[in-house]
Amino acid sequence: MMLGSRKKLIIISIIFLLVVSALLAGCGSKQASDAGKPAESGQQASDSGKSGSAASGESSGDVIKVGVYEPMTGASAAGGQMTVEGINLANEMFPEVLGKKIKLFLVDNKTDKTEAANAVSRLIQQDKVSVIIGSYGSSLSMAGGQVAKDAGIPVVGCSPTNPLVTLNNDYYFRVCFIDPFQGKVMAKYAYNTLKAKKAAIIMDVSSDYSVGLSNYFKQAFVELTGDKNAIVAEAKYKTGDQEFTAQLTGLKDLKPDAIFAPGNYGESALLIKQARDLGIDALFLGGDTYEAPEFIQIGGKAVEGVAFSTHYTAEAPVTEVSKQFLDAYKQKYGKDPTAFAALGFDAYLVVRDAIERAGSAEPKAIRDALAKTQDFKGATGIITLDQNGDANKSAVIKQVKDGKFVYIETIQPDK
Amino acid sequence: MTFELFLQHFINGISLGSLYALIAIGYTMVYGIVRLINFAHGDIIMLAAYFVFFGVGLFHMPWWLAALFSIVLTALVGMGIEKAAYKPLRDAPRISILISAIGVSFFLENFGIVVFGGRPQAFYSPEVFQRVIKLGNVSIISLGIIIPIIAITLLLGLVYVVNNTRTGMAMRACSKDIDTAKLMGIDVDRIISLTFGLGSALAAVGGIMWGLKYPQLHPLIGIMPGLKCFIAAVVGGIGNIPGAMLGGFILGLGEILLVAFLPGLSGYRDAFAFVILILILLFRPTGILGEKVAEKV
Repeated sequence: MMLGSRKKLIIISIIFLLVVSALLAGCGSKQASDAGKPAESGQQASDSGKSGSAASGESSGDVIKVGVYEPMTGASAAGGQMTVEGINLANEMFPEVLGKKIKLFLVDNKTDKTEAANAVSRLIQQDKVSVIIGSYGSSLSMAGGQVAKDAGIPVVGCSPTNPLVTLNNDYYFRVCFIDPFQGKVMAKYAYNTLKAKKAAIIMDVSSDYSVGLSNYFKQAFVELTGDKNAIVAEAKYKTGDQEFTAQLTGLKDLKPDAIFAPGNYGESALLIKQARDLGIDALFLGGDTYEAPEFIQIGGKAVEGVAFSTHYTAEAPVTEVSKQFLDAYKQKYGKDPTAFAALGFDAYLVVRDAIERAGSAEPKAIRDALAKTQDFKGATGIITLDQNGDANKSAVIKQVKDGKFVYIETIQPDK
Repeated sequence: MTFELFLQHFINGISLGSLYALIAIGYTMVYGIVRLINFAHGDIIMLAAYFVFFGVGLFHMPWWLAALFSIVLTALVGMGIEKAAYKPLRDAPRISILISAIGVSFFLENFGIVVFGGRPQAFYSPEVFQRVIKLGNVSIISLGIIIPIIAITLLLGLVYVVNNTRTGMAMRACSKDIDTAKLMGIDVDRIISLTFGLGSALAAVGGIMWGLKYPQLHPLIGIMPGLKCFIAAVVGGIGNIPGAMLGGFILGLGEILLVAFLPGLSGYRDAFAFVILILILLFRPTGILGEKVAEKV
């Protein structure tokens, strides 16, 4: 008898938990950012859900299917979610092409390389998309890129900056600059503006982005200073680490003027905080991944003065599309957009433009049209894709001041 | 390496090790009494950190009240988990309950992703814990001193409860033989429930300290601490409370000194922890302080 009532209690409490979690998940999905939702099941991005259901006819004849794979959970979740905000906004503003609705399919790659490859397979095989947008994170993009290449489905990356993402992959394009340029920009900033003579590097060895960018920074910095030993130390960690004091203690006595530490915003913020606690007062520099509100929230006072390069600033709109994007974004989300939202917005528009020029939703035709993208006016600048599928664009340097990202300067690409 | 530099590394190691120790104590206590490796321990740590996060962020509690609220709530959750997932399996083969524990762990992680969202967030950290204390060239934040003190106090308190109180006696009896304990008139259900409550409360303290030290919060935050502290508990001799403390310090110091002396291997620090686990299991399966018949807590 006792046992019976206890069992009932357990069953009831489990049902209760499930109902509560389902309810909460339901609320989450109403938010534009999809924040609380694991997009595991490959559901459509929330906004497209509305427009898609308006068109209702599920037959592939009247919709064009566009896949999106981004990290909605895990270490890069903020970056992925900001990008999806931009993609959703663009889809809302420009929902049609060739007289058909564009329907988005979002899959969460969970900041995991294996999941990224799975996500792309899923989009291609199950959702049968014509073209894919994504992903934040170079390692994730490389993992997904191989699958897309084998299947012959074109992909447009929003913010993966490692050169290897598009190299030897005719189906991968991107709307952002690449790391050889970004590394040079930061090295120049360190040498010319900060007058740094000695620098140290701390890199995330499990991230292709971090390792690649660190090496380009090193090359450029050594060249600028003309001193082979200008990089006094290279320390290493990996994604998910939280304790950096051992590496930092080793750097302290070498007294570098600047420390270049590209990596996920979470780890980087913890790292800088621990460095300050240890009494390291060198200037910290990073890459575009720093631009997430959580970087400042986690780092607090420790990240004051940290400078990094990124793709876009709301303070210096470059094209008329920038202005349009800025206003629409502010209206929809009630805040200033980050570079990742702008790049997501641009990736969507570049894809839409390519479909329009291709005149069909056939992947090969879209690929060929994408490769011919020229002087496309996006929110982040004029986009022309070169023979590798990369965009040659300017970079922006920002700095943390009084708990905010402040625009410092724009650096033009080498012609 | 200068002496000052070594001292800095040593302090960093102690600071990390005491955090491991704090969490390992809860791990080992539950094992000592129920003979269950509670793989959900790490995820309970995560829940505790989120309770504080919501207590401060959503209900605007002062941090100490939020911490207290989190400890109580986490203890209740721990007891609930025991009732729902472990108790029905008490008479089943031990492997079933272990698998159930892994299931609970996955459930909590994914529950966290659905309810809290997968985006890493900042944990609120009051100024008191973040003050930098300087001794010459050696720096330490106040938290680095507070954590070892809390860990040692809890250790002493726990040893006292287990060895010197009636409840502790009942706990020890349960760890020897549940059926006999039942025959002696011990309310076994209550004792086991209490054990999980106490273990989860310890996990909560560990989780809050972890959040204060590394103020980045996401639903998978408990996995690594959970595994590391499991290793610490095994190294010290699982089921042995002072052993867990010792294991935590060995692991923390080992990790820091590995990176300090061999910077090229920094990417392998987690591997280092698992290598230690394998070595201990191969050469001294009962752990450093564990005895062959280590049935005592």
